[in-house]
Amino acid sequence: MNPLIKTLAAVATCIVLATGALAFGVCTLAAPALANPVEDRSIRPFKVQVPQAALDDLRGRIAETRWPDRETVGDQSQGIQLAKIKPLVEYWGTAYDWRTAEAKLNSLPQFTTTIDGVDIYFIHVRSKHPHALPLIMTHGWPGSVLELLKTVGPLTDPTAHGGSPEDAFDLVLPSLPGFGFSGKPTETGWDTDRIARAWAELMKRLGYTRYVAQGGDWGSPVSNAMGRLAPAGLLGIHVNLPAVVPPEIAAVLAAGGPAPAGLTAKERTAFDALSMAAKMGNRSYATMMGARPQTIGYAINDSPVGLAAWMLGHPGFSGWTYDKSDPEKSRDEVLDDITLYWLTNTATSSARIYWEYGGGRSPVFAQPEKTNEVSLPVAITVFPGEGYQAPETWARRAYPNLIYFHEVDKGGHFAAWEQPELFSAELRAAFRSLRQRN
Amino acid sequence: MNTTRTSEAIDQDRRRLLGTAAVGIAAAGAASLLPSQKAAASTSDGIRPFTVGFPQEELTELRRRIMATRWPERELVSDEASRRIWSTPASAGPTQGVQLATMQKLMRYWATEYDWSKCEARLKALPNFVTEIDGLDIHFIHVKSKHEGALPVIITHGWPGSVIELLKIIDPLTNPTAHGGTEGDAFDVVIPSMPGYGFSGKPTETGWDPPRIARAWIVLMKRLGYDRYVAQGGDWGALITEQMALIAPPGLVAIHTNMPGTIPPEIVKALASGGPPPADLGPDEKRAYEQVAFFYKNGLGYANEMALRPQTLYGIVDSPAGLAAWILDHDADSYALIARSFDGEPEGLTRDDILDNITFYWLTNTAISSARLYWEHTQTAKAGFFDAKGITIPVGATANPSEIYTAPKSWTERAFPKLLHYGRTDKGCHFAAWEQPKIFTDEVRATFKTLQT
Repeated sequence: MNPLIKTLAAVATCIVLATGALAFGVCTLAAPALANPVEDRSIRPFKVQVPQAALDDLRGRIAETRWPDRETVGDQSQGIQLAKIKPLVEYWGTAYDWRTAEAKLNSLPQFTTTIDGVDIYFIHVRSKHPHALPLIMTHGWPGSVLELLKTVGPLTDPTAHGGSPEDAFDLVLPSLPGFGFSGKPTETGWDTDRIARAWAELMKRLGYTRYVAQGGDWGSPVSNAMGRLAPAGLLGIHVNLPAVVPPEIAAVLAAGGPAPAGLTAKERTAFDALSMAAKMGNRSYATMMGARPQTIGYAINDSPVGLAAWMLGHPGFSGWTYDKSDPEKSRDEVLDDITLYWLTNTATSSARIYWEYGGGRSPVFAQPEKTNEVSLPVAITVFPGEGYQAPETWARRAYPNLIYFHEVDKGGHFAAWEQPELFSAELRAAFRSLRQRN
Repeated sequence: MNTTRTSEAIDQDRRRLLGTAAVGIAAAGAASLLPSQKAAASTSDGIRPFTVGFPQEELTELRRRIMATRWPERELVSDEASRRIWSTPASAGPTQGVQLATMQKLMRYWATEYDWSKCEARLKALPNFVTEIDGLDIHFIHVKSKHEGALPVIITHGWPGSVIELLKIIDPLTNPTAHGGTEGDAFDVVIPSMPGYGFSGKPTETGWDPPRIARAWIVLMKRLGYDRYVAQGGDWGALITEQMALIAPPGLVAIHTNMPGTIPPEIVKALASGGPPPADLGPDEKRAYEQVAFFYKNGLGYANEMALRPQTLYGIVDSPAGLAAWILDHDADSYALIARSFDGEPEGLTRDDILDNITFYWLTNTAISSARLYWEHTQTAKAGFFDAKGITIPVGATANPSEIYTAPKSWTERAFPKLLHYGRTDKGCHFAAWEQPKIFTDEVRATFKTLQT
């Protein structure tokens, strides 16, 4: 029986809850779970309906932005440059239209379901093709489900996008706990392992008995964790921020030492990229959120420009490669993402994923990610604009069951967002061997 | 702005007679300082009186923003217990940062009962000046003692402090006979705002690292006519004071620091390795090691961000709540002290003290310009904050129990071969002059006693 049918009655309540949360900017989505000792396993349809007042309030705050003086350098070395963020924020407060993003989301089937005490929001698009392979794909920070939307067409409707019916996926795109329209955990413990267990439950609840998982940024450690957990039905994972840095290299990087001798050219390039990123302070945002998510939370929750700058501080945006020929379009997409964080008031709750993960770890290091315990098939695509290019030698050492490794020539940290067609082609190729032939 | 008046080189004594209000430059907040810097360029050695004042609409606007705060939900950890911990931060347990309950109390008080005008009046009552040094307007408070032979001292604040953290010690130092001291304890006090802080100008170019600030302070003391003086500081003020001591200009006879850099090289190495304390440490050394290790491991998020990406912190310029939380989260013990103050148990710092300082950062719009000092330090620093730096001139050091680390006597003696005084106090956190002005005054007097004529 399709679980959706019996839950249609919940639609009205669900929308009220969602709009209430937006209007008052506090978490109410997660509230009902604790009161109920037996978890409500229903899957409830969800529509995004942001009250106009919330949009007016955002515009009002943007118009009243109080600016600092300009940075004292001519580059990004002190952070987001005033001359770059000012026009973006001015556009955000005037011509930018959230309703376009809202309509985009509402054109897709959206649901919530309570898992482990937290309401999980997800987009669920079934392919028209029989035997489509179910795929759960996880976004990261400062991303959201929005960064994955452009892959919905190519993945679920491959024949319209240069693929064959055999390339079809049923797509499940959840929002991480504390992100987007998912509930905000009210207790600690929602680390990547717990999220992985929730995702396994979600796929089970959707009736999927054979499926694959994919992720970039935080989606990668979540997918790694699913790979370690190996829940019934999970056939394999694909990650585009793989955890391949070997322990001895991780130790040198942590100590800030020079490149060890004996590295291959690609290993040396990867080492230099990671070493430079550490020296340049590219991960200061992660350090702060890992140590004091609540402290930075007050500023980025109360100030639109504070939030925008904090999110744009992620190195993924400095290597942003999507559609350079059409900056207007790109600008809207970035603002859709930032606006989603603002309207759902998730600046602080999303930052806590860093705190949960713990300091001194990096999701690209093999040892803390326990990749040796991932016995399921693993596929990796290396995008040239990612923070580092995982060398195949390290990838083979890290993941004992590497079934696919491919370096592509376009795309950065937000691969699905930046290069959706290429990204989709990678997933088709990566998972081809895991499909059931019949 | 009266440019003719601002360009005058005014005789100090005459100015004091006239009073600052009479000759004050138009008070239009910090924004007015930058034009004056240009106007005065032709006679850049001039010392101009400065009158403190902010337009009422800025205070109204601040209140409006406080009322409009958009809050995050509560933190997920129950670390209220950490407010009770005194000087054992390592046992405080995990924190996610400034607690929502504390922030809401602070913001409610800030929006309703708090009155900036009292602080402004205190600042206004003091002789405030600006003078251009090395291309930048430097604001300073300058209070001369009535006593003959008073020893001039330049005292430097830190981050997230300001000249406000030093106001309570002005009278005890300049007017010792009213504060349990003798005429021989008298100081002439010079309290500058660091570049990018308070009413000082905001550098528009890089290079204002602690050594450059130290050089500017040396120029300032010379410009004030002092040829024999001492220097004092905590936090960044300690670093700048230490830099002055390393330069050792003629005239600087000694320094006092309440955050001395004493960590010996082999301990610096051990700390960098992240290992446990070396086995041969004494009890005080072991505790200091653990304090520093704790701070490096858990307490540097804010400093790291300001050192690497100060400009990304637009939120602390645009949001009063963002600024207040950022300022509160300095170190575990002073945060605990501040949180207790908003719980109705003030000791050392009152709610007004805390909000005077935060409001001062807000009104001068210096959240990011002040943060850049961390960035500058990172570009050129040769040693860590708490490391021994090879100072050879006479030094007095005070070790407070709840400072980020309590400098052990053994390390202090090693770090400063000409140690005038080592004071181990029984209370006090990071903001010594602000929290414990009496103890602070006693320590400064004890250090410089033998140098006073």
